[in-house]
Order: sequence, then C-alpha cells, then structure tokens
Amino acid sequence: MVSAQPRRDEAPVMSVRNANKHYGGVHALRAVEFEMVAGEVHCLVGENGSGKSTLVKIVTGVVRPDEGTEVFVSGAKLTHLTPYAALQHGIHVVHQDLSLFPNLSVAENIASHKYAGHGLRLVGWRETNELARKVVNELDIDLDLQKAVRELSVADQQLVAICRSIASEAVILIMDEPTAALTHFETQRLFSFLRQLAERGVSVLFISHRLDEVLEIGERVTILRDGAKVGTYAAEELNRNEIVRLMTGKEVTSGRPRDYTRPEVEVLRTDGLTRHGQYEDVSLELRSGEILGLIGPRGAGRTELALSLFGLNPPDAGRIYVEGKPVEVRTNRDAIRLGIGYLPENRLREGLVLDQSIENNTVITDLAQILGRWRFTDPAKRSKLAESVINDFHVVAPGVKPRARALSGGNQQKIVLGKWVRTSPKCLILDSPTNGVDVGAKGGIRQVIDQLAEDGIAVLLISDEESEILENCPRTLIMRDGRIHGPYETAELDEERLRAMIRHEQELAV
Amino acid sequence: MKSSVWQRVLQTTEFYLILVIVLVGALISFLNPDFLSLQNLFDILRRNAFLGIFALGLLPVLISGGIDVSFTAVATIAQYIMALVITTHAVDSVLLAFLIPIPIGILLGAINAWIVTYTRVHPVIITIATLNAFHGLLVFITGGRWIYGFPASFADFARVQVFTVTDAAGRTLGMSVFILMWLLVAVLTWFVLQHTRIGRKIFAIGGNLEAARRSGFNIFRIHLFVYGFTGALAGIASFIHTAQNQMVEPNAIVGRELEVVAAVILGGASIFGGKGTVLGTVLGVFLIGMIRNGVILIGLSSYWHQVTFGFVIIVAASINAVQSQLRTRNPGISL
Repeated sequence: MVSAQPRRDEAPVMSVRNANKHYGGVHALRAVEFEMVAGEVHCLVGENGSGKSTLVKIVTGVVRPDEGTEVFVSGAKLTHLTPYAALQHGIHVVHQDLSLFPNLSVAENIASHKYAGHGLRLVGWRETNELARKVVNELDIDLDLQKAVRELSVADQQLVAICRSIASEAVILIMDEPTAALTHFETQRLFSFLRQLAERGVSVLFISHRLDEVLEIGERVTILRDGAKVGTYAAEELNRNEIVRLMTGKEVTSGRPRDYTRPEVEVLRTDGLTRHGQYEDVSLELRSGEILGLIGPRGAGRTELALSLFGLNPPDAGRIYVEGKPVEVRTNRDAIRLGIGYLPENRLREGLVLDQSIENNTVITDLAQILGRWRFTDPAKRSKLAESVINDFHVVAPGVKPRARALSGGNQQKIVLGKWVRTSPKCLILDSPTNGVDVGAKGGIRQVIDQLAEDGIAVLLISDEESEILENCPRTLIMRDGRIHGPYETAELDEERLRAMIRHEQELAV
Repeated sequence: MKSSVWQRVLQTTEFYLILVIVLVGALISFLNPDFLSLQNLFDILRRNAFLGIFALGLLPVLISGGIDVSFTAVATIAQYIMALVITTHAVDSVLLAFLIPIPIGILLGAINAWIVTYTRVHPVIITIATLNAFHGLLVFITGGRWIYGFPASFADFARVQVFTVTDAAGRTLGMSVFILMWLLVAVLTWFVLQHTRIGRKIFAIGGNLEAARRSGFNIFRIHLFVYGFTGALAGIASFIHTAQNQMVEPNAIVGRELEVVAAVILGGASIFGGKGTVLGTVLGVFLIGMIRNGVILIGLSSYWHQVTFGFVIIVAASINAVQSQLRTRNPGISL
C-alpha cells in the first residue's frame, strides 16, 4: 500500500519532523514525521503506548521533545513550545474530560480565553456575550448562552468546548476520543459539525479507538505502532481489518463464535421487568454457559437494566428468577448472595480502587475467602488468591503489590473480571467489557469470557459496538427505547445488518 | 426556554436567607419588641462589621476552591504591629493605623499562597498550621501582653457617624463609619469578582482547576491574589476591631475562624469551590449576628446562641444540598 500524498498541493498547516521522545530509558516516540493540511479531518490511531498521546503532548507543548525534533505551524518553526504558546498558535485540544468550567455560563466558557494573561483588567460582559453569540450563530448551534455548563448534556458540553476553541481562532482542533460518551445520534451530529469546521479551513485531528468512526469521518489516517509511524493512508484505501493489522502488526481473523448448541440449564430469567422511564416489559432468559449479547444505543436503558439485575436500581414491576425460583434483588448484597456479578461500564471509576494494590483489588468482592484463624484478613492467603487471578487470567503485571493504576486498560479489565470469578458467580453481567481497551488486548479479554462460559457461568454481555457482540455472542438481544427485541442468532448477521436493525432501518424479523 | 426572573430568584440562596432572616426576626421581635428598631439594626451591623469584612475576605478563597482559616491570626499580628507603632511612637494618625495592617495581611497571605501552591497540600491543613504558627509566634514574642493607650483621635474615629437620624422618641442615632467601611469593602469585593479578569479566573479555577491550567492560567498568581486578598481584608477588619475596642489583646480574635467560615457557607458559597456571592456573604454574617443579638435580647444564656447557631447551619447546609441534588438529578431540563 502506498502512503497517501497530502491532498492538493497545499503547504501543510502543521508539520512535525523527526519527533523523538525518551521517558527515562523508554523510547516513546521514534523519528515520527507527521503533517496536516488545512481543512482536513485527519485520524490518528494506534494502541495504548503506541505514542499517540506523546505526539499530541509534543504539539500542544505539554512535554518537551528530544533534541532534533522540529514543529512547524503555518510555516513558522516553534521552539520551546509551552501549553500557552501552543494555544496562541491555534493548536487546541478538546480533551476527553472537556476541560470546561461547569460553574460558569456557556458564554463565559466560550470566551474564556479572554481571561488568559495577567492583571486586574476589566472584563466586559457585553463583549463576552457578543463573542459567544457570534460563534454560536456562525456555527448554527442552538445553545442557551446564559445557562451554567453543568446543566447541559455531555454532547452539548462538547459543542461548548469546540466553540471555545473556535472563538479563540483554532487552526488545528485535536479531538481526543470525542465519541466515548455520545449516543449514535449525537455522534452523527458531531461528525457533521466537524465536517463543517473542516470546510471552514480548520484542520481536525481525530483520535479514537473506534475504527468504524475513524473510517467514517477521516480523510486521511495516520497509524502509529510502538512509538513509530506505520504510515499515513487515505481513508478509502483502508478497512477495519487492515487498520487492525497495521496497528498491531499481526494478521487478524475476525473471530466469530464457533458452532454452537444452546445449553439447557436456565440460570437467570426475568418476566415483564419494568422501570418506568428507563425500560419496559423486559423478559429474557439466560442459561448456564451461554454468552448472550445485549446491544443498543446509549440511552436505550441497557445499563439501567443491568443495574436492576444487580440490585442497584429497583424495578417498578415484573419478576426476576434465579434457577427457576422467584427472587428479590433489592440490594447488590442480595445479588452477590444469589450469584450475580456485575462488571460496570466505567471500570476505572466503579470497578477498581485505582490507588489500592492489585492484590487488594482482587480480593475486595469476597473478603471471607482470605480470613485467617482469628477472623482477620490473612496476608498470605490474600497474596495467593491474587496470584492465582493473575495466572488464570494471564494478567501482565509486575507482581501483586503495585497499585492497580499501574496496569494497562486491558489488564485492569482482567483484574475486574477475575475478582468476580473468585466469588463463584452463576451469572455475570459485563457492561461494555472491551470499551477503551486496545485492539490487541480485546482478544485476551475475549478468551477470558469464553473461558467463563466454558466453566458454566451465564454471561450477559452488554455493548454498543456491533463487532464486540458479533465476535463474542452466538445470540443477541437488541434494546431500543427501553424495549427488548430478540434474541437473534448472530451467525446470520453482519455488522451492517445488525447496525441497521438497531437503528430500526430494517425490520427486526430475521 | 428562558426561565423567568422570578424563577431565577427562587433558586438563589439569597432568597432563602432573606426569608429566614425575616422569619427569625419576626420571632425575636415577638418575644422582645425592642429588637425591631433602627437603633438595634445599626447596632447589629456595627458590631458585626469586622466579622463581615473577614467573611468578604474569605469569599474569594472559597470560590477558588481553597479555604483559609488563618486569617484570625493574620489579623491579630497585623493589629498588634499597628498598635505597637501607634502607641510606642505616639503617632497620632488614624490613616496610618488603617494603612499599616493591610500590607502585613497581604504578606502573610502570600506565605499561605506560596505554601498551598508548591506543596499541593489541602489548604485547610496548611492554614490550620499557619494559624497556629502565626499566633504561637506572636504570643511567644510578645508574651501575650495587651496594648492600651491609643491616641484620642483613635477613640474619636470610632464614634464617627456617617449620618444621623432622630427617631420617634426623640433620640438621635447614627450609622457608624464601620458600617460604611463594610459596605465599601463589599462593593469592592463584588466588583473584583464580577468585573475583573482575576475575579473570573477565581471562579474558573474553583470550577475546574485542571482546565484552568490547560487554558494557560497562572495558578500561583491567582492563589497569590486570593490569599493576599484574604490577608488584606483581615488587616482592614483588624483595624476596625482595634478601633472598636481601643485595645489589642492577642487572644481576642483567634478562635472565631469557624464562625466566619460558617457565615460564608451559610451565604451560599460552596466548600468545594466555584460558587458564592457577596450579597449572600453579607446576609450570612447578618443572620448569625442577628441570632446572637436576639438570644441576648430574649434573655437566654449565651450558650443558646451556640445551639441555635449550629441548628441554623445544619438547616441551611441541608437546603443547599437538596437544591443542588434537585439540579443534578434533572440535568438538561430547562425551566
């Protein structure tokens, strides 16, 4: 494959030459050459540790690159770049956390660059509001400028963050995982908005783990692996598997579930489960050793349903049965007692205590197992249990003592899975288990899930990524607007078809 | 849809504070009709002017997401040095007495800012430490000696009335100059917070410190300003306190930090930063002063002041918490 030439014959708006960065002994970025032209949407992909964030930190002045690295913006060479200087040169990042001021109004957030600089200078409220109104009108967005940002939806907050960059005359807009918290509809709105910005001459650098989105929005795609650049390609030359191959350096076979007969033993069943305003009349059946998918857009009620099964969101009506017997799941303690485990979507915030050691994280769901003779926790038992989790799940960790924070996303996810498996659950609910995990590490997690099913655990796998469902689940439910449809055999589906069904572009009958 | 003015007013802490002030005021004047007089109103305001200025000094720190409990020690040092200069050198200048404490307050505040920024330890720890260190040093060096013997002009200044009125009973009563000073400091604080860059930056770092860093704000300068501001206002308050009492005693002010912190939080400032108003702060101080005054007028033991004080804080804080819960539970719903 030939690397794509820049579109037209334009001079690049930003170029990075011979970018190197060492962190201690680690060579994080190796002689990377990178450039962007005006008005393009350029995607940057690579696994964690591939150097994406180091490259971004160099052009935004957050880290200082090694000697010999050159950064040019609009033809001028920038030396000793600081975050403030990068902003002055029009290089803006919309971080995943958006970096807004939640207590200030939309107008103030958009105009906040006016506050940079020193002194007791006066600020004009009229000037602030006029600047904000001008930007919002130009970009044709509907936002209440006087509202505090904390009162907006995440998608609207993201628009505020983009407007802020535009208000301070961004030349290059770097979007870091911008769709992670958006619904499908909101993602589409964001994309059309980004295209509009590109037409106005802003260069957008789009960073995402979601390869489908990369292919949809990107004109060119730059791929990094192990700190080095693999190449820059025109998006139309690529497909999903090709990108994965270039990112990981390995051939990938799209793993589809093997031939499969449905197990017999029922573990979990719901009958007419309803929580008004979240989900309605949910009836599903989960059997021992089965991996059942549950896919639907964000906001369809997936997570709410999962929380109800785990006792954290009591339903208004309907019944839950475990092994055929009706049960009450009023608290998560009930759920654990009944053998139901839950792996939350946001594992970092809800699944792990990041500043505790790996071993403490593995034992936290069942301290009874590690009690010693006097009912105190026994450090030796604790270490043994933690080590067995690390071995069984092939966690790459420098021992059990370091803090969980030190692990990569994929390995953190394995720890969370492992701690639930230690409680010998009958049923595990996994909410987006490979979300934000590297392509390479996804395979490892998939193996773990298969292993769980082989051990007889019933798995409910919740996701909003079609590929994740198709690769893991022989059967899947579709959730839309709080209602369940299916189950459907995934062997008969492909991503396009499944996506159409989720969006209701295609009738659900298969 | 835009919310109407009335709906916005209903959502403010100030509205509830005024409501509580009216209700509590009605209750006290029912028990003792003397409460409801212009004389008593002026009296409450005059007695609480120095606490009110402390509170205004604390407000920007709280908005910035920090806290300062060392201002009582700062004020004590400032007034002690001022008193030494005035009495030992027999300088007969009220203006100088007013001006001396301010730079001392700023200097000590700057020390707080420096430690807070560079150690990144929570400011409540730092300022508890500096409160003790500053106060301990003062008492150690001075031996805790009281200072009297201010020049006559000093006592005269404390009696200055901005204006006087004659009430129905024919008594002459006036508004003390200290009330005017409180008012002017309130206007100054409001102006800084609402209409200057640094003021908006204070709100910004209280809302999201990391975002402020990424926007290129110089965090140390902002800290320097807010803690310096607290110190400066502590200096002004210490001047008023000295003038009102005509003496300086190293243990007079220290110990009242939490009362001031409570007043500012009662006024709607958030302990987590990003939120707070000048009007709320003034009302918070007034409410606490009014309750103290009312308890005395009703003839209860002063311990009852502490009980009611605690009770009012719990109720006010709960209302605040419920309000913010209601807001976050319905995100994106426009009124």
